[in-house]
Amino acid sequence: MTKTLTHLERLEAEAIHIMREVVAEAEKPVMLYSVGKDSAVMLHLARKAFYPSPPPFPLLHVDTTWKFKDMYALREKAARDAGMELIVHQNPEAIARGINPFDHGSLHTDMWKTEGLKQALDTYGFDVAFGGARRDEEKSRAKERIFSFRTATHGWDPKNQRPELWNLYNARKAKSESIRVFPISNWTELDIWQYIHLENIEIVPLYFSAPRPTVTRDGMLLMVDDERFPLQDGEVPVERSIRFRTLGCYPLTGAVESTASTLPEVIQEMLLTTTSERQGRAIDHDQAASMEKKKQEGYF
Amino acid sequence: MTASLDNPVIYKADELIASDIDAYLDVHQHKSLLRFITCGSVDDGKSTLIGRLLYDSKMIFEDQLATLESDSKRMGTQGQDIDFALLVDGLAAEREQGITIDVAYRFFATEKRKFIVADCPGHEQYTRNMVTGASTADLAVILIDARKGVLVQTRRHSYLAKLLGIRNIVLAVNKMDLIDYDQAKYDAIVAEYSEFAASIGISNFTPMPISGFKGDNITEISPNTPWYKGLPLMAHLETVALDNDADQAKPLRMAVQWVNRPNLDFRGFSGQIATGTVHPGDAIRVLPSGKTTTIKKIVTVDGDLQEAVAGQSVTLCFDDEIDCSRGDVIAAADNPPEVADQFESTIVWMADDALVPGRSYWLKLGTQMVSATVQAPKYTVNVNSMEHMAAKTLELNAIGVAEISTDKPIVFAPYADNHALGGFILIDKISNATVAAGMLHFSLRRAQNVHWQATDIGRDAHAMLKNQKPRILWFTGLSGSGKSTIANEVEKALHLMNRHTFLLDGDNVRHGLNKDLGFTETDRIENIRRVGEVAKLMADAGLIVLTAFISPFRAERDMVRAMLPEGEFVEIFVDTPLEVAEARDVKGLYKKARAGQLKNFTGIDSPYEPPEHPDIRVNTVEMSPAEAAEYIVRQLMPLK
Repeated sequence: MTKTLTHLERLEAEAIHIMREVVAEAEKPVMLYSVGKDSAVMLHLARKAFYPSPPPFPLLHVDTTWKFKDMYALREKAARDAGMELIVHQNPEAIARGINPFDHGSLHTDMWKTEGLKQALDTYGFDVAFGGARRDEEKSRAKERIFSFRTATHGWDPKNQRPELWNLYNARKAKSESIRVFPISNWTELDIWQYIHLENIEIVPLYFSAPRPTVTRDGMLLMVDDERFPLQDGEVPVERSIRFRTLGCYPLTGAVESTASTLPEVIQEMLLTTTSERQGRAIDHDQAASMEKKKQEGYF
Repeated sequence: MTASLDNPVIYKADELIASDIDAYLDVHQHKSLLRFITCGSVDDGKSTLIGRLLYDSKMIFEDQLATLESDSKRMGTQGQDIDFALLVDGLAAEREQGITIDVAYRFFATEKRKFIVADCPGHEQYTRNMVTGASTADLAVILIDARKGVLVQTRRHSYLAKLLGIRNIVLAVNKMDLIDYDQAKYDAIVAEYSEFAASIGISNFTPMPISGFKGDNITEISPNTPWYKGLPLMAHLETVALDNDADQAKPLRMAVQWVNRPNLDFRGFSGQIATGTVHPGDAIRVLPSGKTTTIKKIVTVDGDLQEAVAGQSVTLCFDDEIDCSRGDVIAAADNPPEVADQFESTIVWMADDALVPGRSYWLKLGTQMVSATVQAPKYTVNVNSMEHMAAKTLELNAIGVAEISTDKPIVFAPYADNHALGGFILIDKISNATVAAGMLHFSLRRAQNVHWQATDIGRDAHAMLKNQKPRILWFTGLSGSGKSTIANEVEKALHLMNRHTFLLDGDNVRHGLNKDLGFTETDRIENIRRVGEVAKLMADAGLIVLTAFISPFRAERDMVRAMLPEGEFVEIFVDTPLEVAEARDVKGLYKKARAGQLKNFTGIDSPYEPPEHPDIRVNTVEMSPAEAAEYIVRQLMPLK
């Protein structure tokens, strides 16, 4: 009798297959871990792929020091539960120069994330890094390979990517080159939420609505997560029932007003809303092709 | 309904989402997955169709719609109407040029299924992109512009879909609105296509009259084509049979990816089941060894399974401790796949640098990675006319039938029976680029009939009697670098030390064994292959072999290294700058080459790839031949 696999079962099997290929062929793999919901799914898949062994690679968090407090708390717990080493890297130059999202705009992303990621990969000599990017997030990602090849300087050349046929991935490379691997490329935002629901995966509470102190700026609803948030003249934090659809650095991530406090409610709200996920992130708003440009510079 | 900028259609979300989210989630968790490919050229309205599918399945968010509206006004080609094509044309450069130049993957879902669409460019120069997209597809939508009928590109796309083994073909006759939904014209197109399809072995296809732009027969049956009795496109996509289901009925095949060994008490074999099903107690056979055992359990984090099926990633434990590692295939004990090392295959070349027949490439098939060489193709296929043409090599986007041989036997199945054990990629050993994809058709039974004859006096016995460790001292360098002179000095020194040696010189070998070879890239490779084989036989006989050949390509030197036990191949780089070698010009060859009288001369019009990590390097500008030889002999110590 035929047992038709569901789309989530197929996506799960594909992601596990990809992770095992990397472990079999890479010299020193690492999983990038941003504490967001996609990272939570990636970590869960890694645990499944190698059970009963723990995932045979460490987690790497490229920290900007500006993540939400709740994210730092879950980061430690998730690594401990999985029995994995957690490496936290903060760009020392960004620390020294006091780079922050309020005063430095896009330099903040560039120094903490883009440069920080390159530094961390070079410092530890990781040759393959798992990332949780998805093809449905943004147009230029729709053409991204699952194994995305990077030059010695971490550059991404869209014209020089390898064809990927069937489920055959080419992980061979020269010494200084590296590969970013995206096991959940074929998942959509809804798939991620459904999988979290089905598998009961722990995620940061900020994804669920609760009363939180907020201010509004440039049409974005920002949460005042700690005392570092510089209030402008006359600005008074207002308590609103909010949640986040996506989590980055707290001053760069816009919240939405919501009453969805359970996972089904969050999914319900997501299905009924009519704005796409990345709109909450300031990084994309510069220009239509901004993500593609950032990728060529080495951003994940 | 026509969507326009004045009248954007915002589809109402499913009522169940609002009324009972738990019930909705339950339905959606049980959706299956269909992967398909759309083939057509820019003008066929392919992007418009995909944009339409996304739009009609509510995959377009409000902010995307706002961007779409502004983009449509700025650079759309549909006047006041929404240009759906702008939704799916990805990279910035492509948006400007108005063409899709890579494979882009799109996602949408309906109540019944989730869909992954590989959006591929249609032009001939993007054949490799379409082949890539087709490799994972269950179904192909072949688009035809109703005004133009069956074109060369329609034939090309159909041939490629058939080549990659796509079983479900939809012939979407698009832009029906522009021929006033004329049934006679539609029927004529379908009849013409039908004849062509049969000629290339497509026995079954599903034709439908559509308009991606107007939405006819996309989600609902159109009132404009009352004569059409089939399903709308979306309904067809929702109900067509899945390859993954069909794969379950085939015998068990699972390539081992990784051995899971957390402690001494657990040994599991991880992989994704390609075909068939597996249960505890099933008798299995591990290939290529052929050893048999039974399945003890199927391990997952959520507990052991009673059954696993094609498509699932699992970890299997055996009843017996038999050898099994990455690259092996676990198969049904009574119905195992074949093992062979020579095949007939169809190869699609995907790199700018053409195939070099005889060169050694990495071949990856399933989880097996071996060295392989491809013969000159028997013929190539003209993808527009399906004609067979003679060819010496395969250029970018060429498709050819060729024999391929691997350096050791691999587990395989004909591609038509099993994509996972019949599809392979070729990887360049120097650049590491994926240069080709191919499909194995059948094994050539030569290897099975020529067996290795076991001999009682082995290579160790030969070497022991000579009181030395056999080695190949491989001198490489430009013409005139001093290879032969230095090799000769080294042999003299070794001879004085009572060592058994033999010097194979490039020029000398070309007078006899290799006198049928010229200096083209292919002939140079064959030259080195033969010398490598001869040197290996001599090393098996216990000799220290010295070879003096330009041997310009890294791939071939590495090929010889791979033939020998670790440490027996000693690469000696006779490092002489081109200016110095050319100034010496002992044989007057550089002068001839510069005058154009000698073609393919290394260093002049043919490349020399210097060793990256030679075992020994001598600089002939700083050292005399005698000094270089003395230095080399010192590096070789001890000789036992």
